[in-house]
Amino acid sequence: MDLKGKKVIALGERDGVQGGAIAACAAGAGAEVVLEKTYCFV
Amino acid sequence: MSSTPVIRGVRFYLAHAPGLVVHGSKPSRDIARDPAVAGTLRGALRPFDAARDYPPTQVFLGALPPEALHARPRPWADAAVPSPRRGPHGEIAPEEELLGLIKAGDEFDLVALERGFAAEARAALAAHPLATPADLARLGKGASDADLDTRLAGPTPALSLALPSGRRVGAVIAGHEVDQTLAADVLLENLATKATATMALRGLLAAEGLDPARVDYVLNSGEEAVGDRYQRGGGNLAKAVAAGAGCVRATGVDVKGFCCGPVHALALAGSLVAARTFEHVAVVAGCSLAKLGMKYQGHLRAGQPVLEDVLVGAAILVGPDDGRSPRLRLDAVGRHTVGAGSSQKAILEALVVEPLERLGLKFADVDRYATELQNPELTEPSGSGDVPLLNYRVIAGLAALRKEIAPAEVEAFVRRHGMPGFSPTQGHIASAIPYLGHALDGLRAGAMRRVLLLAKGSLFLGRMTQMSDGLSVMLERNAP
Repeated sequence: MDLKGKKVIALGERDGVQGGAIAACAAGAGAEVVLEKTYCFV
Repeated sequence: MSSTPVIRGVRFYLAHAPGLVVHGSKPSRDIARDPAVAGTLRGALRPFDAARDYPPTQVFLGALPPEALHARPRPWADAAVPSPRRGPHGEIAPEEELLGLIKAGDEFDLVALERGFAAEARAALAAHPLATPADLARLGKGASDADLDTRLAGPTPALSLALPSGRRVGAVIAGHEVDQTLAADVLLENLATKATATMALRGLLAAEGLDPARVDYVLNSGEEAVGDRYQRGGGNLAKAVAAGAGCVRATGVDVKGFCCGPVHALALAGSLVAARTFEHVAVVAGCSLAKLGMKYQGHLRAGQPVLEDVLVGAAILVGPDDGRSPRLRLDAVGRHTVGAGSSQKAILEALVVEPLERLGLKFADVDRYATELQNPELTEPSGSGDVPLLNYRVIAGLAALRKEIAPAEVEAFVRRHGMPGFSPTQGHIASAIPYLGHALDGLRAGAMRRVLLLAKGSLFLGRMTQMSDGLSVMLERNAP
């Protein structure tokens, strides 16, 4: 998946992959992270 | 001179609360938008026997080991067999007892129970070994329907209490006409928390044969906010629970840490005992009423009943070394520090790897890791996955990274050192402590040497920091 130039919303979860990690990966792949959140689903 | 702290015992008080599901945060918001949701929910609630016999409930009560769930086909309700309401680690109570106890713990006449229902609750509680004459006195004779109508009509905002059948059985009025921190729903939540924690503590002291007057200090570790508008969440529920359990020589304080509050409180309780500040410290945690029915939409989609219909209170007794109870290793408390990083790997390195290194142990030297223990049947239908399994795989992955196990052994490690989740989604309750009764049994009987309790807190939910938190404590067999 080519993320260059794409806007990304990074929604993570506490017990899985956190939003910050998703955002870092997406930004590293050239995306613009417009929102980053981590949720707790329990 | 310090004293090695031990965990002497644990007790759980589960209460089946199907009528209160509509007051859970998610259902109440959905009902406000669409009143028809209330009827849909009422049609999907479980009777008491089904909640009692549900295998994860029996694991919580200590009648079944957690591993027994591996052998049972899902849905686990299909494998239910008639079971007693009391087990080695606690009891599950029907709703009329819970509502009676909520009224019994109400010192400000905020709750009124309908006269006929109050008589039913009184009859049920009169036969309960842990209910006191003071409870029955405060339960009173109940209110007439006209009285309930008056309370519900205002001017103080109020909410109606009803059973799943729709029968109105009571009302809760706000503690103040405009203070939102004393709104009727907040007070219902806090009174339920007080009732469940109090019953757990009463059960613990009875089971341990400890005179309540010998408890010196109570740490309440639940997440509910007790206070008024000038000190929202100011506390102190611990002392109210201590009073309810007859701990007349105790005081206490609330320890807040989202889901890892109880493990923080255990470390603090152990430290207070070790320092000889206090001899007997009780760690308590009441229920999370707000989480009733939190994932009901997923359950309904999956054709299940509303499974989040059970409230849980817990009480843990920490005391000086008695030569037999498992020791709390205060020299190896794992903590997720500010600088540790927030990835799952960073959190679990802080909570698992660091304590193991400090004690010179390998991953396999810990018999069982007790982490987030939410029942996957409650979380999977809404897409939240199997939370315990996610955590165990990361722990096993860390063992593989450190070459203590081969990558191919990850699943076997998870099976041997983890366990299936069996806890209701009751916030702080579900983190590590549901296993504590099994851990104490196993460590005392000699089948196990070490159990690591680890819990995580989602601090970011309060919008004050983006961080998580976490704490772990190691329990070790006392006799060699």
